[in-house]
Amino acid sequence: MDVKITKELIEDHGINEEEYQKILKILGREPNYTELGIFSVMWSEHCSYKSSKVHLEKLPTTGKNIIEGPGENAGVVDIGGDLAIVFKIESHNHPSFIEPFQGAATGVGGILRDIFTMGARPIASLNSLRFGPLENPKNRYLLERVVAGIAGYGNCMGVPTVGGEIYFSETYSGNPLVNAFNLGIARKDRIFKGKASGVGNSVIYVGSKTGRDGIHGATMASEEFDETSEERRPTVQVGDPFTEKLLLEACLEVMKKGCIVGIQDMGAAGLTCSTCEMAGRGDSGVDIDISLVPLREEKMTSYEIMLSESQERMLLIAEKSREDEVKEVFSKWDLDAVTIGEVTDDGILRVREKDKVVAEIPAKSLSDDAPKYNRPMKEPSYIKEIQTFNLNEILLPKDFNEVLIKLLSSPTIASKEWVYDQYDHMVRINTVVYPGSDAAVFRIPGMEQGLALTLDCNSRYCYLDPYKGGKIAVAEAARNLICSGAKPLAVTNCLNFGNPEKPEIMWQFSRVIEGMAEACGVFDTPVTGGNVSFYNETLGKGIYPTPVIGMVGLLDDHRRHLSQWFKDEGDRIVLLGESKEEFGGSEYMNIIHGIERGFPPEIDLDYEKRVQEVCFEAFKKGILKSAHDCSEGGLAVCLAEACISNNIDKIGAEISIESNIRADALLFGESQSRIVVSLAEKDIQTLKSIAEKYDIPCHLIGRVGGERLEISDEKRAEPLIDSGINTLRDYWKGAFEGYFNEG
Amino acid sequence: MKFGVVVFPGSNCDHDCYQVIKEVLNEPVDFIWHKESDVRGFDCIVLPGGFSYGDYLRSGAIGSFSPVMKSVSEFSKNGGFVIGICNGFQILMESGLLPGAILRNKNLKFICRFVNLKTENTDTPFTSGFEKGQVVRMPIAHNEGCYYAEKAALDELKKNQQIVFRYCSESGEINEEGNPNGAIENIAGICNKEGNILGMMPHPERASEELLTSADGRMIFESIRDHIKKVK
Repeated sequence: MDVKITKELIEDHGINEEEYQKILKILGREPNYTELGIFSVMWSEHCSYKSSKVHLEKLPTTGKNIIEGPGENAGVVDIGGDLAIVFKIESHNHPSFIEPFQGAATGVGGILRDIFTMGARPIASLNSLRFGPLENPKNRYLLERVVAGIAGYGNCMGVPTVGGEIYFSETYSGNPLVNAFNLGIARKDRIFKGKASGVGNSVIYVGSKTGRDGIHGATMASEEFDETSEERRPTVQVGDPFTEKLLLEACLEVMKKGCIVGIQDMGAAGLTCSTCEMAGRGDSGVDIDISLVPLREEKMTSYEIMLSESQERMLLIAEKSREDEVKEVFSKWDLDAVTIGEVTDDGILRVREKDKVVAEIPAKSLSDDAPKYNRPMKEPSYIKEIQTFNLNEILLPKDFNEVLIKLLSSPTIASKEWVYDQYDHMVRINTVVYPGSDAAVFRIPGMEQGLALTLDCNSRYCYLDPYKGGKIAVAEAARNLICSGAKPLAVTNCLNFGNPEKPEIMWQFSRVIEGMAEACGVFDTPVTGGNVSFYNETLGKGIYPTPVIGMVGLLDDHRRHLSQWFKDEGDRIVLLGESKEEFGGSEYMNIIHGIERGFPPEIDLDYEKRVQEVCFEAFKKGILKSAHDCSEGGLAVCLAEACISNNIDKIGAEISIESNIRADALLFGESQSRIVVSLAEKDIQTLKSIAEKYDIPCHLIGRVGGERLEISDEKRAEPLIDSGINTLRDYWKGAFEGYFNEG
Repeated sequence: MKFGVVVFPGSNCDHDCYQVIKEVLNEPVDFIWHKESDVRGFDCIVLPGGFSYGDYLRSGAIGSFSPVMKSVSEFSKNGGFVIGICNGFQILMESGLLPGAILRNKNLKFICRFVNLKTENTDTPFTSGFEKGQVVRMPIAHNEGCYYAEKAALDELKKNQQIVFRYCSESGEINEEGNPNGAIENIAGICNKEGNILGMMPHPERASEELLTSADGRMIFESIRDHIKKVK
């Protein structure tokens, strides 16, 4: 098919004039239609990171345990012995808005392939989801279908979904975020890379047949939304988890044979991306004949075959003489495996249709020569305006019990049981701490050690102050791991932002990265990769900057871990850190007063680190029974959760605090660097001396027991909070159900 | 003695069953590929949970036509012991080895959580280690787990003491509150008339170690092991 390359066609492919000139220079001629399509997807924001690269370079990416940092399909970290962990987070925001079930499902499918491509068996999934308020039926529909999509894919794959986070804010109405994380375990000496090397080696296509689904998915993810976006349903792929399960088993089996030179999944930009990236990394060329590609539909053009994003497909590079071994394994699993080409030494991605060459492009030009922009930046005008905020204008609520109940039943804070009950979070029998605690904890099969995982980001803080918000996201992730008894190891991130062509968005992006980079340095948690999702805008309105941090921590012994809930009657409750009069960006201000402004809480990373050291050292000494970090909803919500979040049991607490700050700040303010721990009375002195060593305040604030949560200020006769824990639990647990039974 | 765990395409609890038998029970165990037709040498065959053949068409429907199922059927007719868990239970029903059928959960959603089960029959080789009426904790994880049988079949089940486990409340009452999926008469697990085939929706292999908050399920594997060792 000969299609004339016109100005309109180039524009439709999202390629600007400057980029087109570059293409002409690389090729030394005008591209044909297929080539234009290939450049278009590879140079799209989604695949090329053209706007983010210059900023991402500021993140720390190396460390003594880091085997593979950014640039590969996923990051790889040494965990001792023969084993390594392989993990990554990726967004599937745009498809999930257009078709929530398949969008979310294929998001899970994609991240799983990224992990097993590297030779790792996926053992745990998490997800970070963000929607507009549930009062809106469209948002309820999106949440319900996204959760069903994640469940449908992950459950069938037999990979447990062990945790994550869900936030609700108007900013995500019309632009929900679906970020999927997966972690796998691999043998250190059997890590596979997406690399085409060895001239003459075979390029083998395996997995599902190719159809027309998902053509230009990567380009779609690189544009804003408008009223017509839902008409783009055909660009969303359809997932088949059953085939992916077979693909997973077959790939892991064939990798043991030692005949695989390189492997890459066909995700965004499908066959195009896998061929040119593998050739690029291998300093080689790839020559394929697309008439050999197994097709699901008739009369597909070279353009369509190269750009299809059909799911559950992989590209393998195998030793020439050992093709049969590969095919034998795939035939055992009833999957297609077809040799479609070979590795060459001329550095060219050459696509043929039988004898006719339909595309011929220097492979490296598609990845390495992709445009790189240092886009203009400008502080948004809203920043100064929202920071003007007078605390004295906020009236003290009359009834704090009512406030606590409102917060506990607000969807961002409420129990997510309605969601995680739909995920198989136990399969593979490694999950040691089930969803609902600060971090998911599971054992590493066959080993003493365990892993803790968390995803975190408070995007309201990032909106109010991107730099501080970036720091807090990392600090909170580390704190969550510490509260599980794990030592933070490394980070993967999913950076969800608006349109990078707007200087204000680029400013947010750059400031968030600076904050994250600083914090990752302090906690010694290098960034091993991740994903950037720009253009999260509908009708010109961008989302709050949402840098989701996925952090992985290591436990020496999976049997020795911490969970957030109180355990035994009579235990003492201690607050590590200090509560200040900080309201800005809090859930309390948002839910109770309807205000989203002010300064987010202060964060001193050195202080934060010391608070975490105290908790970790006390845990190591074996004196802690529970630990829970203070985050959304402040101290009162933290204490309530410690009473009610254990699925098997619940227990009350009696708290008495001496404080000089406003009562609402004390209860619901979100001062950072605070952890509530519980321990036996006899161990109090030990904890105090550890805190003293690190110069961190250690306040004895109460005891565990009874069936009520009572919080008093020593200066007042009446308690601030006095609620039965059954009542609190019912509101907290029933909130989600309430929204979905209504409609 | 030797256990066998069948691997269908799409099985995903095969590893868990294998691991519990091997590491927790310390008994010999092998995987059995679904294309296999020879199951000689095994004393007890486990059909594990998962999504055999993607559960396309109907849960367990295609799995029941797998080559290995012919042999499993023969094996059970000769007195061999078979446990079908979750998808394995669905396959047993689709194969006609156990009566009844499975519908979608009452709430039309996948449910993964611990439930309470009342042990109704301790006279089977799979449950002899339990106390009669004992309330045990095991997780369920299914989208289609709502057991159904017509009245005649149900009467038959009752008459022959084939109901092995029922969903119940924490204190052991058989009521709606304790029924997670709408199963008729709270039925969670049944056996055949001869008592050598057990099918259940809950996952005993996920509740076989204290670390995972319940070790109640281990008793099923231990009971059958002890029984086989005694008769052998």
